[in-house]
Amino acid sequence: MQLVLEKRAERSRTIALVSPLIAIGLTLITMSILFAVLGKNPIMALGVYFIAPLTDGYSLQEIAVKATPLVMIAIGLSLCYLANAWNIGAEGQFLMGAVAGSWIAVNTQGTDAGHWVLPAMLVAGAVAGALYALIPALCRVKFGASEILTSLMLVYVADLVLDYLVRGPWRDPAGFNFPTTAEFDPVATVPVLIEGGRLHLGSIIALVVVAGAFVLLDRTIKGFEIRVVGVAPRAARFGGFNANQLVLLTFAVSGALAGLAGIIEVAGPIGHLQPGISPGYGFTAIIVAFLGRLNPVGILIAGLFLALTFIGGEQAQITMKIPLDVTKVFQGILLFYVLACDSLILYRFKLVFTSRQVQSGAG
Amino acid sequence: MTPMPDPAPADPNTTHPLLQTIGLTKRYGDFLANDKIDLEVVPREIHALLGENGAGKSTLVKTIYGLVQPSAGELRWQGAPIRLSGPAEARSLGIGMVFQHFSLFDNLTVAENVALGLDGKEPLKAITARLADVARDYGLPLDPKREVWQLSVGERQRIEIVRALMQNPKFLILDEPTAVLTPQEADQLFVVLERLKAEGRAILYISHKLDEVKRLCDTATILRGGKKVATCNPKRETAASLARMMVGTEIKEVMPPAERRTTVPRLVVNDLTLAPAELHGVRLQNISFELKGGEILGIAGVAGNGQDELFAALSGERLVKEPGTIILDGLACGNRSITERRKMGAAFVPEERLGHGTAPRMRLSENALLTGHAASAMVRHGFIDAAATLRTVDLTTETFDVRKAKRDPEAASLSGGNLQKFVVGREILRKPAVLVVNQPTWGVDAGAAAIIRQALIDLASAGAAVLVTSQDLDELVEISDRIAVMFHGHLSEPLPRAEATRERLGLLMGGANLDRKEAPHAAGA
Repeated sequence: MQLVLEKRAERSRTIALVSPLIAIGLTLITMSILFAVLGKNPIMALGVYFIAPLTDGYSLQEIAVKATPLVMIAIGLSLCYLANAWNIGAEGQFLMGAVAGSWIAVNTQGTDAGHWVLPAMLVAGAVAGALYALIPALCRVKFGASEILTSLMLVYVADLVLDYLVRGPWRDPAGFNFPTTAEFDPVATVPVLIEGGRLHLGSIIALVVVAGAFVLLDRTIKGFEIRVVGVAPRAARFGGFNANQLVLLTFAVSGALAGLAGIIEVAGPIGHLQPGISPGYGFTAIIVAFLGRLNPVGILIAGLFLALTFIGGEQAQITMKIPLDVTKVFQGILLFYVLACDSLILYRFKLVFTSRQVQSGAG
Repeated sequence: MTPMPDPAPADPNTTHPLLQTIGLTKRYGDFLANDKIDLEVVPREIHALLGENGAGKSTLVKTIYGLVQPSAGELRWQGAPIRLSGPAEARSLGIGMVFQHFSLFDNLTVAENVALGLDGKEPLKAITARLADVARDYGLPLDPKREVWQLSVGERQRIEIVRALMQNPKFLILDEPTAVLTPQEADQLFVVLERLKAEGRAILYISHKLDEVKRLCDTATILRGGKKVATCNPKRETAASLARMMVGTEIKEVMPPAERRTTVPRLVVNDLTLAPAELHGVRLQNISFELKGGEILGIAGVAGNGQDELFAALSGERLVKEPGTIILDGLACGNRSITERRKMGAAFVPEERLGHGTAPRMRLSENALLTGHAASAMVRHGFIDAAATLRTVDLTTETFDVRKAKRDPEAASLSGGNLQKFVVGREILRKPAVLVVNQPTWGVDAGAAAIIRQALIDLASAGAAVLVTSQDLDELVEISDRIAVMFHGHLSEPLPRAEATRERLGLLMGGANLDRKEAPHAAGA
């Protein structure tokens, strides 16, 4: 008797929906073992991670706040990945968007600039993110450089640019030498949705982005081009679609969304520019994109789920003294299982009972 | 299971079969590729394995060569049951195989390629010497020091054959060896095969060319839908009776119309020269022809002589700098994209259905959109009209008898013949002014092939210009008004069908009058 993987004639739609759930289940089992090894009660730990944050209003808002950048970035990344363009540097585009938008905030600080400031900041953030993403895209199209490496390396460049600015020219003179800009003016701040709450306008923008991506991919010829180029490049060329153009387009769009997420994060929940504005949103969004099956609605759900792990991780650190890094381990294991479970979409497991009729003969 | 009664084997004094399969079965999921196949091959026999594409020939020989493990049944070698762990074991027993698709490294020499295929640790020098001996003995001229990319397809096949012969096999499998040869090259191959037979070896010869099998083979086993249909002596059968066994029904003859009116030139190519896009690709050299409405021009030639490059240039997948080299319905379009050319009324069907003509893992409606977005009402203001794409699928299904499991399945789930009917039908339903089609019936069952050829003829009768590239001479002679031959990136003057005999075409396919055809181009257009 042996277990074999058998190819399916068509992709299974059911498994495509169920496979992320299987992956989550396997991740939870693995995590339980990990908690047990760390000497924590697995049931309690999982409760703190995944149940507790859902039980109070503050945490629910916080989940939405954390999910906002994840979803926006992951939507952009999903377009790249569908088109077979591997943007790994969303983190850098996020930071560059934050920097460019902050430039306007810093320079209008204390002036009587009107309500144009915030829209201008959002536009600047999106444009900067797009331009920053176009660097690796152009390098791939013009020189054949691997966009995986170049986009990743540019993350560190962006990180250092931000670091230089908040330690140097943009440092708040009244900030006790902390590496941060001054708090942004009210006209340079993303408004909150509920008075005294944390939920802000950015979450609405993220929902609009999800809806836009859904229409783009499902209803428009451009979305079709993106999908064909990814799954069948030669057929796409036969269809008259230009793969290089789509690499540039998807990188620009995903850079713009990451940049927009960056400036919203800075002008919203944080309120000023400082190092460490992102706990790795740009990288976690890669997991969100795949966990969400590169599908806009899936990404929305996956974004909320991973936001939950951030909040749960913080609570677990406080109440159970579980290291915050366990959250990263969790996310890594999850991505691993998601990719592994994808095999089930095209293949199915089958138990084969080999008959012993065929006898091995002497050669 | 009731085994078919076998007619008397070719030679009465070789009663012990060299190789035998008993109830050999191979199952892929729910699909039975081979269903209880009994086969007996005796020494000193050329045994044909006949069948349409998808009949299970390849699976059967791959099992015999150890590449595929049977799900049930038995394999016997000289009477003893065997179980092969892989091709190396098959080779050590004395089973050799020449594949249809060569496994050669372009940048290595002939001798190096042969050395890589041998299991032993013989030094290259010894191999080179032995290779030269074997090649000379069997009249298969080969220069061991030449690199493979410089060789013709026929020469590459020789490498594979010599490589197999160097292991002194008792049993040699040849998978559609003449598919890539000119008629003259095929004749040379038959001489070698007769010689191998006379030496006492057995040959399993896979083909679907009936006249070849009748001429060469002593016994024929016919497969259909994974099952053995019959074993017979092909010399005592007619081509029609063999075809009937292969296909299961009578094949409809394609009916060319009595007379076709040709109209104005709709596709004109003027002195098209194009450097290859890929390493070792073929350079198109001064190609010129004129194709009128109502006419089918056939392009013959051994694969790899520039047909793919010509298709890419005509379709616009590769652009030509000089617009005037390609003229569609009077409009210069050498530098226009494939989408623009479709809008001008051209349609294209590439050789490879899966991955080129269609995106395999996308639905038929999406694949209708793939080529239909340019020139039909499937897209409005950037938005897809899903109902219109589905209508195209339904219409194609109805008109071309596309068999599928559901209304809108993934392209990859269709059989080769049905997908090809879809790919051709999708273009023909747009009523193109010019249709360029590469290998229209390659790997397609006889029924689908007849439907496709008829559709091409009907399209031309309706006034379109049709350019058909094919390696199947019979197909070209059946449907074309004129036939030209591609060789090393050159295109010969088209011959009217009446003058296009197999011999003349064969000579052109071998590059016979290459030197004579350089002059006329200077005067062209």
